[in-house]
Amino acid sequence: MTAALDTSEAVEIREGVDRGTVETVQAMAGKYKYGWETEIETEYAPKGLNEDIVRLISQKNGEPSWLLDWRLDAFRRWQKMEEPRWAMVRYPEIDYQDQYYYAKPKSMAKKPKSLDEVDPKLLATYAKLGIPLKEQMLLAGVEGEAEPRKVAVDAVFDSVSVGTTFKAELARAGVIFCSISEAVREHPDLVRKYLGSVVPPTDNFFATLNSAVFSDGSFVYIPKGVRCPMELSTYFRINAENTGQFERTLIVADEGSYVSYLEGCTAPKRDTNQLHAAVVEIVILKDAEVKYSTVQNWYPGDENGVGGIYNFVTKRADCRGDRAKVMWTQVETGSAITWKYPSCILRGDDSQGEFYSIAIANNAQQADTGTKMIHLGKRTKSRIVSKGISAGRAQNTYRGLVSMHPKARDSRNYTQCDSLLIGDKCGAHTVPYIEVRNNSSRVEHEATTSKVDDDQLFYCRSRGMDEEEAVALVVNGFCKEVLQALPMEFAMEAQSLVAISLEGSVG
Amino acid sequence: MALPKAKEDALAARLAALPALSGKGWLAAARAEALARLQAMGLPARRDEYWRYTDPASLNAPEPLPAKRFDVTDEAAPFDGMDRLKIVFVDGVFDAAASDDLALAGVSIERLATAEEKDIHWAQGIYGVLEARGQTPVARPLAALNSAFATDGVLIHATGRASKPVSLIYVHNSETSDAILHHCIKLDPGAELTLLENGPAAARFSKVMEVDIADGASFHHIRLQGRDHERRAVTHLFARLGAKSDLRSFTLTANGRLTRNEAVVELTGDEGRAHLAGATVGDGGFHHDDTVFITHAAVACESRQVFKKVLMNGATGVFQGKILVKPGAQKTDGYQISQSLLLDEDSQFLAKPELEIYADDVKCSHGSTSGAIDETALFYLQSRGVPRRQAQALLVLAFLAEAIEEIADEAIAEDIRARLERWLARHGSKG
Repeated sequence: MTAALDTSEAVEIREGVDRGTVETVQAMAGKYKYGWETEIETEYAPKGLNEDIVRLISQKNGEPSWLLDWRLDAFRRWQKMEEPRWAMVRYPEIDYQDQYYYAKPKSMAKKPKSLDEVDPKLLATYAKLGIPLKEQMLLAGVEGEAEPRKVAVDAVFDSVSVGTTFKAELARAGVIFCSISEAVREHPDLVRKYLGSVVPPTDNFFATLNSAVFSDGSFVYIPKGVRCPMELSTYFRINAENTGQFERTLIVADEGSYVSYLEGCTAPKRDTNQLHAAVVEIVILKDAEVKYSTVQNWYPGDENGVGGIYNFVTKRADCRGDRAKVMWTQVETGSAITWKYPSCILRGDDSQGEFYSIAIANNAQQADTGTKMIHLGKRTKSRIVSKGISAGRAQNTYRGLVSMHPKARDSRNYTQCDSLLIGDKCGAHTVPYIEVRNNSSRVEHEATTSKVDDDQLFYCRSRGMDEEEAVALVVNGFCKEVLQALPMEFAMEAQSLVAISLEGSVG
Repeated sequence: MALPKAKEDALAARLAALPALSGKGWLAAARAEALARLQAMGLPARRDEYWRYTDPASLNAPEPLPAKRFDVTDEAAPFDGMDRLKIVFVDGVFDAAASDDLALAGVSIERLATAEEKDIHWAQGIYGVLEARGQTPVARPLAALNSAFATDGVLIHATGRASKPVSLIYVHNSETSDAILHHCIKLDPGAELTLLENGPAAARFSKVMEVDIADGASFHHIRLQGRDHERRAVTHLFARLGAKSDLRSFTLTANGRLTRNEAVVELTGDEGRAHLAGATVGDGGFHHDDTVFITHAAVACESRQVFKKVLMNGATGVFQGKILVKPGAQKTDGYQISQSLLLDEDSQFLAKPELEIYADDVKCSHGSTSGAIDETALFYLQSRGVPRRQAQALLVLAFLAEAIEEIADEAIAEDIRARLERWLARHGSKG
């Protein structure tokens, strides 16, 4: 284990910040809105990881034998793999045997037939998180729009999906939106065809682990030519202690379809670290478009770096058809450790990939995140805009790959990654890989690192803002290009999240 | 930690082809330490992070691959008309007849091969020392191999302002030569020295240069790596800079089968300044790799990296550059640009421009671009009556200009431009 970090460390007072401000801010530090726990009876699989656990998870989900074999293959392979060490994150050795791989509220023992049957405690949990599991007009903050927007939600609680809203209405449009365990039962052909086709079980240490033990997650299928009538979202909540969450999301956008998908996640405050190793696979066929937006707000640990989620995630979109489009937008504010590189395989000619990211690391958080743009098809385009903000003693790394293959003629990439440092004890790093293997493609990469501009801060302060507000405003300005790429509801949440995540960073 | 089997075998094979460690006194100790470093690291392999884009096999091999000598007959040797002190190595062997007397006002010059006799030597504080410092965080095994087995080199101590540049001339004569040279350069406070290097040196050439630049001193380095088609080279520049000191290094590479130029620069005194630049013209089976690591460990230092590569007929260009700003190195100004111009479909550019920053009051940026020549500009020039090949050469020169501008000596810069113009007029892409 790492030595406990020194808490008595004197906070350096900068010009123009009085002692009072610093103290108030320090008192607020570590404030995490979603750190409460739901008291609910939970059924666990025995601690540890072995073939029996893999079989148990498969059996709990009522899976066919091909999927069990698939899991077991992955598990056997995983046992021979080594945990990757190349990321700029430091953490004590993870004991994979000292945690639970399956946790399910006892009230979910019998799958509720409709949302009305779901344990009120679970419903209350989501309501408290601001995600009412009712088919009502969503969301707060968008009142006054001419036509209220609907968002369908799949709620995942520890290892199981609690319920999915608007299923009937979506079904009328031909859209399948359900938990992946349900999809395995109801739509086995689709799942079998696409599962593991973007992120194979051999992909990497954490993806292979996920392939062996994934418990639930969401499945989306948008049929040919359908524009999904509402936004889809999954909300992941880790509740049980010492339990890892391993969800798997599979999205298939058939030819000419469109969907916008949102993902949110939170966890209670605990002083032990919890593992989250998810896989998201997106298949995009000819002329289809998928927007995938994430607000990642797992518990980040306290201001001394105690506790927090270890977030090791593999996300990849495969633009298989011509003119397919994918857009990843992420706001990464939570987790003690973030290890995440949402990628785009631009296989179809004229396909497009975009990646917009805000990663905020405060206190003792460590983030190593970025994207991969693999250009295989002709005239493919990609764009990367990454904004990293480091504060406290945090380390924030952008790591990305842009690869232009010989056949990806006349392709384009533009990458911009900017880092902002708040305080002199944090770090901001940029590790891009640029591989250009043909000459008709153009690749441009720019990166800058700077601190919060004193003049801008002074201006805000002279207009009566306090230091915290001023920093939040400047940072929101810094992130503007990414915030604009988010769906509106998320953009508002993200903006306030930026401010909350930076609480305690001034000084 | 024990080395993986493959690395252990490769190292054993390489060491078997080298003579036993030689040298006396201080040098023997330095060589033994370098060998121990090498044995702990093993030789580089493709799987090592900083060798993913360059295959070190031909640099590791016990014997060099043969390389035909290339005689330049169509132009004057570089720096020809300049007043300079010439030191010539043929296939890594000092050529006394072709060299000037090693006497220069403001500078003392010795050869490594004869310096070991002295019990205490100023080079003791530099030889293998800066190289060893440069082994973390990234291992550079071929530099340690050089420190252990270098056969000769120059030790230059500048105590004041050197009255003229020191010019190292490397001649490649034998088809199978394998040269290992190691230079140490020390500049006292306020000293000034210009070092010129040119020539292909050998079929395979390993060179390490360790430069210690004291407060207020300034060191200019201009290197022309020759037009040889087949030679291979791995070179390392390790530089440590004191307060208000100045390092400028420029390298022009036009061909060679494989070139790996590493520069490891540490700014240890406030307000130091390091500018590194490279211009590369690669044609055909050519692989050129610039790997740069600049550490800012003091306040208000400035660093610039400007690397430009023109690649044609299947050439490969690699750039790996890093700016590391240590905690407390406030007011750092770090700039890095790496660009490639790909003149045809088969050429490729692989880059990893990195920033690692632990101080907040800094201004650091990097940019990297890659693409083909601007057809609109080409069309414009052609429409004004400039033939296509000449128009292309003009645009290529304009592209390389930013790197060449880093050369402080205008006469040398002009000479390099003129050479490039001639080469480009001849080469051109077949694509």
